[in-house]
Amino acid sequence: MSKSTKQQIEDITSSEYQYGFTTKIKEERIPNGLNEEIIKTISAIKNEPDWLLEWRLKAYNRWLKMSEPKWSNLKYPKIDFQDLCYYSAPKQKKKLNSLDEVDPELIKTYNKLGIPLNEQKMLSGVAVDAVFDSVSVATTFKETLKKAGVIFCSFSEAVKNHPDLIKKYLGTVVPISDNYYAALNSAVFSDGSFVYIPKGTKCPMELSTYFRINAANTGQFERTLIIADEGSYVSYLEGCTAPMRDENQLHAAVVELVTLDNAEIKYSTVQNWYPGDKDGKGGIYNFVTKRGLCKGYKSKISWTQIETGSALTWKYPSCVLKGDNSIGEFYSVALSNNFQQADTGTKMIHIGNNTKSTIISKGISAGNGQQTYRGEVKVMKNATNARNRSECDSILIGSKSGAHTFPYLDIRNSSAKIEHEATTSKIGEEQLFYCNQRGIDTEDAIALIINGFCKSVFKKLPMEFAVEAQKLMEVSLEGSVG
Amino acid sequence: MLKIKNLNAGVDDKNILNNINLNINSGEFHVIMGTNGTGKSTLGNVLAGKDNYNIHSGDIIYKNKSIIDLSPDERAHEGIFMSFQYPVSIPGVNTMHFLRTAVNSIRKSKNQDEIEPGDFIKLFKEKLELIGLKSEFSKRSVNDGFSGGEKKRFEIIQMLLLNPDLIILDETDSGLDIDAIRIVSNGINAFRDKNKSFILITHYNRILNYLKPDFVHVMLNGTIVKSGGRELAVELEEKGYEWIK
Repeated sequence: MSKSTKQQIEDITSSEYQYGFTTKIKEERIPNGLNEEIIKTISAIKNEPDWLLEWRLKAYNRWLKMSEPKWSNLKYPKIDFQDLCYYSAPKQKKKLNSLDEVDPELIKTYNKLGIPLNEQKMLSGVAVDAVFDSVSVATTFKETLKKAGVIFCSFSEAVKNHPDLIKKYLGTVVPISDNYYAALNSAVFSDGSFVYIPKGTKCPMELSTYFRINAANTGQFERTLIIADEGSYVSYLEGCTAPMRDENQLHAAVVELVTLDNAEIKYSTVQNWYPGDKDGKGGIYNFVTKRGLCKGYKSKISWTQIETGSALTWKYPSCVLKGDNSIGEFYSVALSNNFQQADTGTKMIHIGNNTKSTIISKGISAGNGQQTYRGEVKVMKNATNARNRSECDSILIGSKSGAHTFPYLDIRNSSAKIEHEATTSKIGEEQLFYCNQRGIDTEDAIALIINGFCKSVFKKLPMEFAVEAQKLMEVSLEGSVG
Repeated sequence: MLKIKNLNAGVDDKNILNNINLNINSGEFHVIMGTNGTGKSTLGNVLAGKDNYNIHSGDIIYKNKSIIDLSPDERAHEGIFMSFQYPVSIPGVNTMHFLRTAVNSIRKSKNQDEIEPGDFIKLFKEKLELIGLKSEFSKRSVNDGFSGGEKKRFEIIQMLLLNPDLIILDETDSGLDIDAIRIVSNGINAFRDKNKSFILITHYNRILNYLKPDFVHVMLNGTIVKSGGRELAVELEEKGYEWIK
């Protein structure tokens, strides 16, 4: 008889991340370890004002009194925080002369993902030729934004040029003492992005971290702050479907979003960091705190995430619905293959009246991958007419993967309407046979079925991102059938 | 086209099919009838290459080659098609996208270029109309929320687009009303020619009025106990299976 479907599934799901760490990176490091001196050094290197140094030190002292959270479903060896380096200068990627010098496997992946040639060059550190001048693209981009009054710059620039905005909003959504990793980030953050959309402005383009590629390589403790003033709108894309190589094992980023009256932020993430090899060695630990504050009346924050990378993912993009009639949304696809573990979900905190939240989470576990959805819906005592709808679906591929769902409900106002649906299914042998019978091989069939499963989330991504995300799922599940 | 030789097959060690012998020439239309649980659908699944079944002895020769070592998708590439008794739903996967993937997979196996999307859309809509489905059907997910009748019609549309040579129709008539049986039969008849062979599994004589088969076989306890022409089905309807036992 033919090679069994089970065997094929195992072959497919045991595929390796196809891009090893090939580029030697030159780094300027400060000594390992964490203490007040180190923080002062970081702040001095960055030429920061005193108030920010004090803020960092305050965070550090809070962090010292905290302990690493143990409640997640993630299993990993103890991290020695004194054995890490907390600042490395913006890393210069080794400049290559042409794409011919880039690992052909990497190029193959870029092509499968449909990444245009010029972007491939940018991503792999090929010196950009005269025809394609990334600086000029970035300049045109900056001009357009400037005309609209939009501020989009690195966090460090913002500290220098827009200190009032930073002072007003930094730490207001994720306070320094919020959690262990957020406190750590606040103490040692290296750089990140800052966005301000002025009143009544619809940001004329989608803001993508692509365009900040030359500005700074933000490193492991990234800090992002986005403020949408009254009646404004912005769509922000973080990350890209291209494989991200990084030698920092621990990442602890903080993202804060603020929307004022009638403003909307749509924040989309594609995370494809190194997940470790197929035996579970290496890979990035990703502990992120992402939170949005719907501060104003009828304001809206929408998180969409496609998480396919990292060995460990600890991430709960949340919305605090403070303004009356405000709306929070969370759309997520998370895939764990081989030995990847993801503990991810969201928190929707209803504080204002007539607030509304939607959660759609799709978890995919393949190989030995473990997937946990952890979500909290909290309705405060004075929040009348809160509404929430949650839909958490998990799909298992093969027999060694796992899916876990932990929904928490904390409802303190009886006018709330809460709906929760959860399903877990195995990728069906009947579905595979049906596809096979139509001539579609098992690898393509799995990609087809998984993309169908994720469709309601992909639909929420900006158009070109959605196409890339589909291809990314295919590449992430790809293997060596037959 | 197809020669089934002394076939013994089933799940694990257990036989469901006992010593099946069947010869099907190009252009012939065969019908298999029999009581519930007698192995008719198993025969269809074994021909299509479903994983859960083991062949204990015997052989299946298709186009002069044994196919028992081929995977289901390889058999599909060779021109074997099965219309499922209970088509499974694939949520989120659009019917048109699904079928285009299938058509292109088969074309690829023959080293042909992918079909132009525009050409495919035209072809798909044409077949939808032929089988009496609205063009909005192309926006739905595969078998998801379909009525019983829609599922069977969609199976026939797939047959028309994939253009197979050996077609297994597993209870294609069940769940269809009289009008639908006529429309589906017309679709099948329009597809028949001297190079295509059919195996229809059914419980009812009614669809045979439209399809006019060449041979009728009766299966009992996993084996073919009686073969004949069209008249055998009529006789069965009058006398029931007890008559054969």
